[in-house]
This record gives sequence, structure tokens and C-alpha cells, in this order.
Amino acid sequence: MGTSEWWSYRPEDFLMFSPRVYWRLFELHNTAWWPLQLIALALGIGMLLVLLRPRPWSDRLVFALLATAWVFVGWGFVWQRYVPINWAMEYVAPLFGLQALLLLALGGFSRGLAMPARWSMSRLLGLVLFAYALLVHPLTALLAGRSWRAAEVFGLFPDPLAIATLGIVAMAYPARRAWVLLPVPALWCIGSWLTLGVMDATGAWLPLVALGLALGARLWPDGRPTRHDSVT
Amino acid sequence: MADHDISRRKLLQGVMATMVASALPPGALAQRRGPETREVPSTGERLPLVGLGTWITFNVGNDPVLLEECTEVMRAFFSAGGRLIDSSPMYGSSQDTIGHGLDELAAHDDVYAADKIWTSSPGSGPEQVEESREKWGVPRFDLLQVHNLVAWEENLDTLLEMKEAGELRHVGITTSHGRRHDAIERIMREKPLDFIQITYNVLDREVEQRLLPLAREKGIGVIVNRPFQQGRLIERLEGKPLPEWANEIEADSWAQLLLKFIISHPDVSCAIPATTRVDHLRENMAAGHSPLPDDTLRQRMADYVREL
Repeated sequence: MGTSEWWSYRPEDFLMFSPRVYWRLFELHNTAWWPLQLIALALGIGMLLVLLRPRPWSDRLVFALLATAWVFVGWGFVWQRYVPINWAMEYVAPLFGLQALLLLALGGFSRGLAMPARWSMSRLLGLVLFAYALLVHPLTALLAGRSWRAAEVFGLFPDPLAIATLGIVAMAYPARRAWVLLPVPALWCIGSWLTLGVMDATGAWLPLVALGLALGARLWPDGRPTRHDSVT
Repeated sequence: MADHDISRRKLLQGVMATMVASALPPGALAQRRGPETREVPSTGERLPLVGLGTWITFNVGNDPVLLEECTEVMRAFFSAGGRLIDSSPMYGSSQDTIGHGLDELAAHDDVYAADKIWTSSPGSGPEQVEESREKWGVPRFDLLQVHNLVAWEENLDTLLEMKEAGELRHVGITTSHGRRHDAIERIMREKPLDFIQITYNVLDREVEQRLLPLAREKGIGVIVNRPFQQGRLIERLEGKPLPEWANEIEADSWAQLLLKFIISHPDVSCAIPATTRVDHLRENMAAGHSPLPDDTLRQRMADYVREL
């Protein structure tokens, strides 16, 4: 197609599935994996607790669990369910694997990244993002008038996983390494915002706000490390 | 004597048919007559004026409930005399959904299978066509079209070679949203096409100027996509009363009026509205029956809709 004709496309021309089909993906995925949601929620709450009160071993555990979630969501949801209705996701699914590798390389297998123990604006915003993804985002389905069966639970669906990861990125230090973990969840949030926006979905702006908060936190002047000794 | 008996029987049958027909509403009678058909110019084969598109509507993935709904749409389509179903490798899981429906309904002999080749790597074209064919579960396609003119020269060569080898019955090219009409016109002049697929509706009428007359001149069939501007046209007209003259063409809804406008153009072979609903499908198929508007009424329809 001639590049001169791109102006004639509307955003909705790129949406190749209906909102009904999209939201039913979530219902089917939740039904197929029940009661894994409860385990994912429990693990998420455990992660939130050790983010609030870090332990010597907890940073690596947080990164390892997050990496596992990226692999599981990339394979179980994106590849198995989303790719059949959106071929573009074939190119996105491998990025979930890449993000998992980055999480393991920077925080799971090494101490290349650490979580702060002292309160700061970046830590506050990071924790707010993580807590939102874990505890509030699943409720957006109900608030939007969809079935609770379509609830987007952390660890099973990409939006809350990307937002929670942005929370980690917002507070992890040193910053130069944390930035490496930002592109994939940032791209996902932008893509999700566009998709939900075209579908006119309630709360379509949430992933974009999450990205904005993460960037704000990361760039906030007080985002300094407080546990230099744990960074190799 | 035997001749007289047959004549009496025929006469009785005729009287009975007239009595039954007069008791039926006009729409029901039209349904019984079967849909209007028009010749594919290059082969003389007749196709119903209303087909079935699958963009978005049949892209339902592995969802068993939605697969069943699409199968019901296909059942209603074939029951109403429909034949041409159109899809593309670009439409997500739509080809799988069609294949599922054809299997469930054992309708492989009823369908006129129209699909597309869509690859910017023409070398992989035959492989893509074979993959599409397996998804449909048909022995061969009735029509393959170069989707949106992607790598059209090489892909069209592939399709023409397939036709030459008897692996394909008809060849075409597609565009939508009124794009690249100059290129479409050039290809129509230079290549032996059976079909073009273009966007045409009561508001998007540019094709009436050059492409439709050229199709008639060259003996090329015309498939019309986006008859409702992907639903936007229906949304725009929703709630507004149908004009009184809609009765003249037995249009009971805006969808039927819009479809009758398209298929009444003598150079159009078939319009391909897409739907997920059986009631909408039946409504669309009923539009494929006479009476259709004449030129004067067509102009009146276009003026009326434009002014709303």
C-alpha cells in the first residue's frame, strides 16, 4: 500500500476483532485456569509484603516470580489465546520471553537490581502501581459492567502484569539498570491503551497513566538508592 | 387422455400455488423464490447477489460458543440460498471458523469459496494458499484475490498459474476504503481478471465513474465490500424513519435499503455484508430478492441518505 494513503485509515480499521470476542478471551482464560487465580493473588500479596519490608533474600524472589509470570502470561494468554484473533501478537509474544530473561538476568540470578527499603517518592509510586495491579485492576471488569469472570488477575493477564512490573521498574535501583526493564511493559501498556481506546472500553487510559506514573517516579529527583551494599 | 390428466394436474397445481402465494406476505414469497442471481461475466456461472463477508465477525479464535454462533449464521446463509463466502489469511481465525462451519453443516458443495493471497513475500504465496485451503477444508478455491494489491504483480502471477493448472476457478484483486483505484484500473486493463473487489455503498460512489463501467467493458465481476461502512452507516441511520418509497422495493430496514442500492447496480455481482447474528443475516439475504430499485429510485436513495 502506498504510504500516501495511511492518512485515510482510522484507528478502528486496524482492530480485527470485536470487543465481545476480546473480553470473552479473559472469561475463557479464567475459567480454564481456575483456581490458579487464588494462588497468583496469594503470591502477589506475598510479593507486595516483601516489597514493603524487604528481606535479604526477597529481591531475587520478587524478580524470579515476576519472570515466571511473564513466561506464563506470554505463553498461556498471549500465544494460546490472543494470537488466534490477532496475528500481530505473534511478534509480541517473544517479547514476553525477553522480559522474563531480563528480569532473571538483572534481579533473579544476580543482584544487579535491588528494591529500596527507605521511603521516597519513587518507592511510593512504585508500590502504588504494584498494589493497584494486584488489588484494584481485577475490579475494573466489574466497574466496566463486564462479568467478574473477565477479571484481569495479576499473574494471568498482561495488563496487570505490565503495570506491576512498571511499579518494580519505578523503584528498583540503580536506575540505569532499571531502565532496561521498562521498554517491554511500556510497549504493552501503549498497545493496550490503543486497543482499549479503539474499543471504547471503560478505563482504556489506565495502562497509559500507569506508564506515566512509572516514568515520573523513575525521573523523580529523590529516586536515589538506599541500599548500595546490595548492588553488585 | 394422459395429456389431459397432466394438464389438469398442472392447472390444479397452478391454482393451488396462486392461492398459497396470495396468502403469504410479499417478503415470504420472495424468500420462497430464492435469491436473485447474476452471471459471473467471465464464465456465465450465476451467483446470488448477497454473499457473506467474514472480516472481524468470524474472527472468534477457539471460543466454542462463538464458533457455534458463526456456524448458525452459515446455516442460515445456506438455507437462504447464499453461496459466496469471502475471507483472507489476514482475518485472524476467520478461515478456521469457516472450515468449522462447513464441516458442521457438511456444506462444502454449497459454498462458493472466495479467499485471498496476502503476503509481501510472493515466494511463500503457494504455501499460504495451501494453508488457507486446509483451513477451509475445500478441495480448491472458487476464487482467490490479491489482498489489497499486496505484491500484486508476483501474487497475481501465482494465481493465474494456479488457474491455468486447474487448481483455481477464478482470479481477482481487492481494495477497500476507495484506495488505489488508479492501480486497480490499470490492472483491470492489463490482466485477465475474473473479479475485482472494491468498496461501494450509498455514500462511497466513486467507483461508479470509472471502475464499474470498465468492469462491464472488460467482463469482470465486481464484489462489493463494506456495504455498511463497517456498521457506521447503519449506526448513522438508526432511529431515523425509513422513507415511504422503501415499500416500493420491499425494504423493511435500513440494512435492506442500503444493500438493495448496491446490488441493483447492474455491474455489481455480489455484496458481502458481514454479521454475527442470524436475524441480521436473514435480513441481509432477504434484500437479495426483487424488486430492486431502478436508476431514478437509486438516485433518490443516495440523495435521501446523504441529506440525513
